[in-house]
Amino acid sequence: PAFGLFLFTIARDPLRIIILIAGAFFWLVSLLLSSLIWFIAVKASDPQDERLQKGLLIFGVMFSVLLQEAFRFLYYKLLRKAIEGLVALSEDGCSPISIQQMAYVAGVGFGLMSGAFSMINLLADALGPGTVGIHGDSQLYFLTSAFMTMVLIFLHTFWGILFFHGCEHRRWWEIAAVIIMHLTVSGSSFCNPLYVGSLVPSYLLMAAAAAWAYLLSGGSVQNLRRFLLCKC
Amino acid sequence: MITFMNNSDSEEEPCNERTSLMSAESPPVPSYQDGLQASETGEAQAHRKRRAGSSRGPNNIAGGEVSGSGVPVRESALENEEEELTLKYGAKHVIMLFVPVTLCMIVVVATIKSVRFYTEKNGQLIYTPFSEDTPSVGQRLLNSVLNTIIMISVIIVMTVFLVLLYKYRCYKFIHGWLILSSLMLLFLFTYIYLGEVLKTYNVAMDYPTLFIVIWNFGAVGMICIHWKGPLQLQQAYLIMISALMALVFIKYLPEWSAWVILGAISIYDLMAVLCPKGPLRMLVETAQERNEPIFPALIYSSAMMWTVGMAKPDTAARGPSQQTWDAAEDGREHLRSPSHAESQMSETRSPVPTRPVTSLEELEEEERGVKLGLGDFIFYSVLVGKAAATASGDWNTTLACFVAILIGLCLTLLLLAVFKKALPALPISITFGLIFYFSTDNLVRPFMDTLASHQLYI
Repeated sequence: PAFGLFLFTIARDPLRIIILIAGAFFWLVSLLLSSLIWFIAVKASDPQDERLQKGLLIFGVMFSVLLQEAFRFLYYKLLRKAIEGLVALSEDGCSPISIQQMAYVAGVGFGLMSGAFSMINLLADALGPGTVGIHGDSQLYFLTSAFMTMVLIFLHTFWGILFFHGCEHRRWWEIAAVIIMHLTVSGSSFCNPLYVGSLVPSYLLMAAAAAWAYLLSGGSVQNLRRFLLCKC
Repeated sequence: MITFMNNSDSEEEPCNERTSLMSAESPPVPSYQDGLQASETGEAQAHRKRRAGSSRGPNNIAGGEVSGSGVPVRESALENEEEELTLKYGAKHVIMLFVPVTLCMIVVVATIKSVRFYTEKNGQLIYTPFSEDTPSVGQRLLNSVLNTIIMISVIIVMTVFLVLLYKYRCYKFIHGWLILSSLMLLFLFTYIYLGEVLKTYNVAMDYPTLFIVIWNFGAVGMICIHWKGPLQLQQAYLIMISALMALVFIKYLPEWSAWVILGAISIYDLMAVLCPKGPLRMLVETAQERNEPIFPALIYSSAMMWTVGMAKPDTAARGPSQQTWDAAEDGREHLRSPSHAESQMSETRSPVPTRPVTSLEELEEEERGVKLGLGDFIFYSVLVGKAAATASGDWNTTLACFVAILIGLCLTLLLLAVFKKALPALPISITFGLIFYFSTDNLVRPFMDTLASHQLYI
């Protein structure tokens, strides 16, 4: 679905593609730094201690989430500067791309990259022969991974919109809400393989974030109804 | 296999030279635009010139003209208009370059992942005589550095040779050389490639069919690249031969040597293009002085060049426009005035007889194209292909390198817009790519693996 989003909304406009790739790049850099920290922590600690390793892993995950949000903020700053430049240079005084579109595209960029990194090795392995969950793990591993990845990509997209909106209007509580949501989602994935604990809250949060982002982008129930009715 | 390869090694020489030259040469001719700008005042024509606007945001790209010698200073007003255009079209040009680079990388990665042949070690090129199968790390490092030195010196010698030939107007020789190497690429390497792919998928093909297929492919390719042909087809062929060349490099360069060579070649690129005495720079300047385009066989251009209506001397060069360009190689981007749509408009342009540049004048808004040397394609693909072949993190590393290279390309085009000169396209992208490759392979991979095994998500 995320790829479909990409095709339909982003591939047309070259500017958006650039913003997308740059967004993916920023996510990648944040991942790099967070894994660097984790790696150092692991090397510096005792490899035999299970609890410590698990604790370090959790710490790594949380730190990575925070770093991702920090990079989202940096990206926002960069895009602000870019928009000013675009406005100054454009002929009719308004920028060819609005900050909301940029927010959307940036969110998709982050999401795609994070989804790709989560899924792609899995997909490659899935092509080969094998049985899922042969060692007593859950048999639904692939399915749940796929759903989780999808929800995460969508969430990143919505968080992008919310985050940028919060930065634009200086509403710090919005930004804080995004960060808390992200932490919650990542934290809920600790419940795996008890899938009910992680998938369900994530989907609920996604629905909430979707509605919120939709409202922020100017939509409303009227629009939605009109859109649905027009179609049929 | 080794003897066979040795034979082709000598044949590869022209190829190597060509491709290496390509990378080394700075493609774009210095700004033709300069002159034009003065003559044109902000009108629709101003649109044509893409002046690289101030670097603002990611859009600023591709418009850059190379500032050539003695260009009249433009008015700032003119510049502003130009900048707008640049911004608008800048993004488009970036995409026009993104797509072929992406395609080339996809072809290389797909082949590496599926065809076993290209990851087996079956000997080395004569350019890298030192083997890397040594027991100690220090020895291996030393061997790879020596290999690199030999390779780079070969490339330098070839480039200087080519520049000398160009300076002394031995065009026939250069043409013959280019034709020979593209012949070899198109026929021989395609044959090997096709053979390996068929072997992998266990598809039988008899020799007559094979002969017909390869003959058609090669003949059309030769015509397209060296003569006229539809732009898309020419671009497709250039992408194919870049991919083939990259595959050859991936197969025959030993591991560490490949990485060191990538690093060294980007440094060389930087120096060859920017230093006043660099061979590539001299090549570009000579081409500019003589108002000739660089050989098409070595440059990938994103838009059609030369329209019929050109009053410039370029029109004469139109037919062989592709060929006239010398093996400027890779990585330099130049802006060309492209587009088909220009034909009608060319008359409206104020003739720029004083412009050493060729057909740039015709710029039409949308069609301005950007040129990228084929060597750049090759080395980008080598980097991504090596990442796909040797990284244990598989797709993550490949993906990371891919994004890094694209971002590097973006930044390079941005700089091109700012500086308006021929710029080396290799250094930034390759640096990013190398950094990301090594860091992803060593740092990110264990992290992601651990996360995936616990099914945690960040």
